[in-house]
Amino acid sequence: MMATVIEFIVAALLLAGAAFALVGSIGLARLPDFFQRLHGPTKATTLGVGCTVLASAFYFSWLEGGISLHELLIVMFLFITAPVSAHTVARAALHRHVKTSSRTRGEPWKH
Amino acid sequence: MAARSWLPHPNLTLFLFIVWVLLMNTLSVGVVLLGALLAWWLPSITRAFWPEVPHVNSGWKLFRFMLLVLGDIVHANMVAFRLILGPTRKLHPAWIEMPIDLDDPFAVTVLASTISLTPGTVTVEVGRGHHKLLIHALNAEDPDALVAHLKARYETRIKEIFE
Repeated sequence: MMATVIEFIVAALLLAGAAFALVGSIGLARLPDFFQRLHGPTKATTLGVGCTVLASAFYFSWLEGGISLHELLIVMFLFITAPVSAHTVARAALHRHVKTSSRTRGEPWKH
Repeated sequence: MAARSWLPHPNLTLFLFIVWVLLMNTLSVGVVLLGALLAWWLPSITRAFWPEVPHVNSGWKLFRFMLLVLGDIVHANMVAFRLILGPTRKLHPAWIEMPIDLDDPFAVTVLASTISLTPGTVTVEVGRGHHKLLIHALNAEDPDALVAHLKARYETRIKEIFE
């Protein structure tokens, strides 16, 4: 009984994680300009990886009968590094004057 | 100051210790001893890179802030889900300048990172002197409202915690 419940939780988390990662990748392919594409990896992937890792923590905690929490470190490091890398990439693009879609409003450095 | 010299970053020491124990995934005497040694030693040899100790006023408030951000990350992902799969013509991308009232560099970093992780916004540049942030929003129909929202939801809380 317990096994079934755990399996359902793990399966649900894996599916949710995969769905978020997929949507993040679709965003990367589909959004019109560089800065909009940047939103995919900073958000969708954090939760995608988060769900997958949580599934792993559940599964191995149950399998080995203890608490397996080192997966949480992956999430923590990801939350610390994702904004920094996004910031670095965005700044590089800004300095190279990467084109933005014509719908983008407000370019504060122009006035 | 004397107490500071052998334990320059008490919070960082605690944090490193927790990371070490999680990394080892067990709680044995050896792990705890080596973890305590590393957690004490690493902040001492890296203190030159981080002269100012970030000051946390209230651990409880910090914890509640982290839960709030975690909830917002989930919410932001739902929103991004819809925006990415919906028609891209309906998006309103915008550059936004957000004035900030924080002085502590660490607090500014926390705010900038929080904004990047949550509702459809990425911090692109931290202005000189930390007086404003340049933000790119994926979908902002009303930039002023977004700035007000970010200030009320995150900045005031960060100010309470770190300053």
